[in-house]
Amino acid sequence: MLAAEVNHIFKSYADKAVVNDLSFSVARGEIFGLIGPNGAGKTTAIRMMMDIIKPDAGDVIILGEKLSEASKNKLGYLPEERGLYRKLTVIDSIIYLASLKGMDRHSAEEKANELLNQTGMLPHKRKKIEELSQGMGQIIQFIVTIIHDPELVILDEPFAGLDPVNTELLKGMFVDLRNQGKAVILSTHRMNEVEELCDRILMINNGRAVLYGNLIEIKSSYRSNSVILDFDGELGEVPGVTERRTHKGYVELVLDGNTTPQQVLERLVSTGIVINRFEVATPPLNEIFLKVVGKKHG
Amino acid sequence: MDKTLLIFRHEFLHTIKRRGFIIMTLIVPLVALLAIGGFQLISGVAEPPVAGEVTIGYVDKSGGFEGYTQQGKVNLVRFDAQNDATEALVEGDIKEYFVIPPDYISTGVVSLYTLEKQLVAPEDVATAIRNFLLSNLLEGKVPAATVDRVEAPLNLVTTRLTETGDIAPEQGGFGTFIIPVVFGILLVFAIIFSSTYLLQGLVEEKENRLIEILLSSVSARQLLTGKVLGIGVAGLVQVGVWVISASLLLSLASSTFGGFISTIQLPANFLVLAVVYFILGYLLFAVLSAGIGAISSSSREGQQLIGIFTLPLLIPIWFMSLLMLFPNNPIWVVLTIFPVTAPVEVIIRLGVSEIPAWQLAASIAVLALSIIGALLLTSRVFRTYLLMYGKRPRFGEIIRSLRSG
Repeated sequence: MLAAEVNHIFKSYADKAVVNDLSFSVARGEIFGLIGPNGAGKTTAIRMMMDIIKPDAGDVIILGEKLSEASKNKLGYLPEERGLYRKLTVIDSIIYLASLKGMDRHSAEEKANELLNQTGMLPHKRKKIEELSQGMGQIIQFIVTIIHDPELVILDEPFAGLDPVNTELLKGMFVDLRNQGKAVILSTHRMNEVEELCDRILMINNGRAVLYGNLIEIKSSYRSNSVILDFDGELGEVPGVTERRTHKGYVELVLDGNTTPQQVLERLVSTGIVINRFEVATPPLNEIFLKVVGKKHG
Repeated sequence: MDKTLLIFRHEFLHTIKRRGFIIMTLIVPLVALLAIGGFQLISGVAEPPVAGEVTIGYVDKSGGFEGYTQQGKVNLVRFDAQNDATEALVEGDIKEYFVIPPDYISTGVVSLYTLEKQLVAPEDVATAIRNFLLSNLLEGKVPAATVDRVEAPLNLVTTRLTETGDIAPEQGGFGTFIIPVVFGILLVFAIIFSSTYLLQGLVEEKENRLIEILLSSVSARQLLTGKVLGIGVAGLVQVGVWVISASLLLSLASSTFGGFISTIQLPANFLVLAVVYFILGYLLFAVLSAGIGAISSSSREGQQLIGIFTLPLLIPIWFMSLLMLFPNNPIWVVLTIFPVTAPVEVIIRLGVSEIPAWQLAASIAVLALSIIGALLLTSRVFRTYLLMYGKRPRFGEIIRSLRSG
């Protein structure tokens, strides 16, 4: 059973299509990246998945059923812009919001203590939310998102405003969730995090899907025909190489259409230079993102 | 536990723990208690002016004023000459003296001489002199009982009858007016405060985006119901505290000082109607606040918008003095039935005159229908605009979404 299935959803505001015929699915046990430029329709798509707003057309199947009040308890949602009741204490905030996800007080408190301890927030348990720093507040929000052990977790820009230590902490917890068989949807602009964490991605632009699938496959399909080389010695003319780009610490060799990386490697070895590193270049996701979005804009 | 109930519980507890709420709830009975205490203290310090016997003198230049020199606690002593009287006044033998001039019968002028600076002659002294003069003038001409009646000819006792000719349970007058007026004002406070709490809470959740987490856990209907009822019951507790303490304090006050206060009574049905109109009035304003909260981008903006509705709520209080002067003007019927003014108008009118049953029925029915109507409109904008941050939708857009729903 898929964790989420989105079928041809549409949403428009004041005649402007914000989400335009979007379909995708998310499996259990994967981290799914939802990426796209600002205003692409990511948050609107997420809100429709969360039943916060209704699609104009199309449907959303969560954990094998149409979204209902009962299935909301199996979802965890960390919205992009966040806040909590400022006057409420950390523990009371967590317990109240957990109870709205169907947890009873006792188990909510128990689990809250466990998660606060895990994130090093236990000493702040009785503080009011307004006394916390922004990063701390964000950790509390993340605890609220996962405390009820949801099957599907949707995180909208989870790393915004976090310091490196807390970023690493959250990343570790996301991977834990995946390893427990949960589905995690990560919506973000930060491509390096997507590359690091996500198994599959959906890139959307102007409300439409522009890239969808396995991250490694996407990257290899966008592979420019070039190799990366770090070497010692004098590199002369190499047959089949049309262009040589020098970067810091390595050079990138662009191959002509008839030459394979394997052939280039053989020719390089025969020149007698010392090869420290040789790899087939795949463009960073960032570049693919710019390429795809730029093309659509153009 | 049902999620509506969870929200209800959270909002109720959150509201009754607010400092403003606690102060407002307790300050009303406290001020009343202080007023009673203060009244007792002041009346204890300021003893009645004539405690014991007082001797005053008089000089009779007209003649014939000899008898009846003992008027209650005032003892009248006759002096032959005004000089003797002045001397006795200066010596302190008498408190004051008066002179009945020769032409008294034609002019009625009597001069009073005293050492004290006073605005008017003390009431008890004036009454004593008046009765002394009357008794002497009428002596032998009419029976003694007639003299008594001439001294106090009118003791007006009003009794209000019902249409069947029985004695009415409520006797009207200022005594029945005062509590409804005070309650009308308190009702305004209670309704405004409660709906402001609702508005602030909603806008706060909107401002800090908690609303998204809430709506991903519960439906908009559960959220709205839980909030409206939770804060409403807190307001009802407040009104309940006021109503109960008013009855307790009234019985305390009337047993301590009697007099005017003991004529203060709660009009029949008052408690029931106060509670009914609080509930209806609050519900109307709560639903309006929720709608306004949904379309406002900040709590200040929300409060300005809700002001459009809270001003009419105050109209009955502005026109209270006119209501007292012209209780039967048809305008009061309009205000009784118009939903936004109804809660306060009904409460205040209860103290002034009878409200016909049909008007109460019409008023409650119109109020209930307005609540349902407002709820339908609010539910159309609630979900859409609750998630629209930063900018308030333009008026035209709201009208459009009200139509399309």
